[in-house]
Amino acid sequence: MASNAPVYALVDCNNFYVSCERLFNPRLEGKPVIVLSNNDGCAVARSNEAKAPGIGMGTPLFKIRDLVEQHQVQVLPSNYTLYGDLSQRVMETLGQHTDNLEVYSIDEAFLDFGSVQGDLNNQGKHIRQMVKQWTGIPVSVGISTTKTLAKLANRLAKKQAGGVLDLTDSERLEEALSCTRVEDIWNIGSRSAQFLKAHDIITALALRDSNERWIRQKLKLTGHRAVLELRGICCYPLVTKIPPKKSICVSRSFGHPITEPNELREAVATYTSRAAEKLRRQQLVTEKITVFMQTNRYREDLPQHQGSFTLPLPVATNSTLELLPIALIIVEALYRPGHEYKKAGVILSQLIPANTIQLNLFYHPPQDQDDRLMKELDTINREYGTGTLHLGATGLNPTWQMKAGKRSPRYSTCWEELPEV
Amino acid sequence: MNHGGKRTGAGRPKGTGKYGSATKAVRLPTELAAQILELLHTPSEPGNLQVTEIIRPDRCTTQELPLYESPVAGGVHSPAEEYVEGRLDLNKYLIKHPAATFFVRVSGESMTGAGIHPGDLLIVDRAVEAAHGKVVIAVINGELTVKRLHRVGDSLCLMPENSAYPVLNILESMNFEVWGVVTHSIHGV
Repeated sequence: MASNAPVYALVDCNNFYVSCERLFNPRLEGKPVIVLSNNDGCAVARSNEAKAPGIGMGTPLFKIRDLVEQHQVQVLPSNYTLYGDLSQRVMETLGQHTDNLEVYSIDEAFLDFGSVQGDLNNQGKHIRQMVKQWTGIPVSVGISTTKTLAKLANRLAKKQAGGVLDLTDSERLEEALSCTRVEDIWNIGSRSAQFLKAHDIITALALRDSNERWIRQKLKLTGHRAVLELRGICCYPLVTKIPPKKSICVSRSFGHPITEPNELREAVATYTSRAAEKLRRQQLVTEKITVFMQTNRYREDLPQHQGSFTLPLPVATNSTLELLPIALIIVEALYRPGHEYKKAGVILSQLIPANTIQLNLFYHPPQDQDDRLMKELDTINREYGTGTLHLGATGLNPTWQMKAGKRSPRYSTCWEELPEV
Repeated sequence: MNHGGKRTGAGRPKGTGKYGSATKAVRLPTELAAQILELLHTPSEPGNLQVTEIIRPDRCTTQELPLYESPVAGGVHSPAEEYVEGRLDLNKYLIKHPAATFFVRVSGESMTGAGIHPGDLLIVDRAVEAAHGKVVIAVINGELTVKRLHRVGDSLCLMPENSAYPVLNILESMNFEVWGVVTHSIHGV
């Protein structure tokens, strides 16, 4: 291999949320643990001990009650403050090794290994050991010549004792490709995987050696790129600068099914306020608002409705006062009496920087006034907690909110909640 | 609807102010006011001091104090200005590896001999290698504890610094791990 060929390492935290909880509560070590998402009570992280009896990723808790009881699985609500802080610590620790680092998600980062001198495997081990010691979080490291291959290597590294796998060597690569199924390849979605399997392309090796023109025809650019990346041709270089957000989504499942339009309005008003607040924090404005609402798809015995509608805004805005009436118009239009709604959400899309608003010839929102009011609102809510000051439309005593269980303390970010010895 | 006058339920409920009981406005001679206020703020039993409020500092700020080479400063153009050497940042002094540093609150009394008392704040640096003689946070059978680490030959033990507590010998069968090394203890006086 040429010495200047690109080499990527994917560092991925093992069962990240569970590892964060275990760091401050070592009693959870060796026990089956799952962490639930706050909005819909699905298992979003599982310890290996919880994966073993067959608790799948994203499974709602009510579907696994029996397994949970039988295996005495510890069920924890999520504590995103803690996970966010530990994620930053992991990324900072990785930053000690290279400036060329792409934070890919809360628990994964791609590192440029192109300039690593000496054995790649040893460097991987060194990083793994250091992250574990500094932050307490166990990670796995997959190394190869493209991001897709590094991701594939990482998946296999998780199953090895050492937690590090270097697939830059072609012989081992061949073997790894032959034991990876197409649905486990990065950027191959479940529909594409189904299509490939129907055409007898079962393994990553088969996909690599398939006819790239045919793949491009059938699976478009993403599929084509997957083939090239499996062949060691880099299509996705490292992205070290974070691109600005393209959309903001706030959605939650309700604590109980909603049939009343009033409650639905309150919920959507709350989500709209929260989304607008996020928008203002990033100094962006939105040109479009989408509202969606869903009934419980697991209750096949009840009437089903999945509704969604998008409206453009006359002038791009981040004012809750401008967004709210439009969100409520959509609620009015979508709502169907006689349905039990389980979840609703608001998506703001086509985001642009707040200082580049294009004015409308016919409509002039009271912008300065709104801006000042929103600024006060945000300041008060930052100081005294989210939701201290809110618009009447969001309701005074919402009963529809999901009751989150008691999360673990914010051990590493809050003076009042430090671990005790 | 009536306007003005007393509104029932308005204002802070009686007895929930800083004195913990109902209060009343009184006129005092100006020269006595300060003394009386001082008296009011002196706790009746010195052993009964309690934490009443914790203020959460903003982590993005730094509190720096100027360090002068010479303590003398005066005149319109301070001659000391040229001697400003930099500022003292406690964060920099106490925290060498921010990504690896955690704070832990002390609740037990097993380390009072090492100057570590209940309520103290420990600065724990996980990047520092554990070694014989270091005060460490250890995990022992699922519990976090603070003790001094001792190596005697091939065996390890956790030493308390308070004779009322026993020495803990680490056995192979125990679930033992050093969680981090304590670098500082912050003790209020």
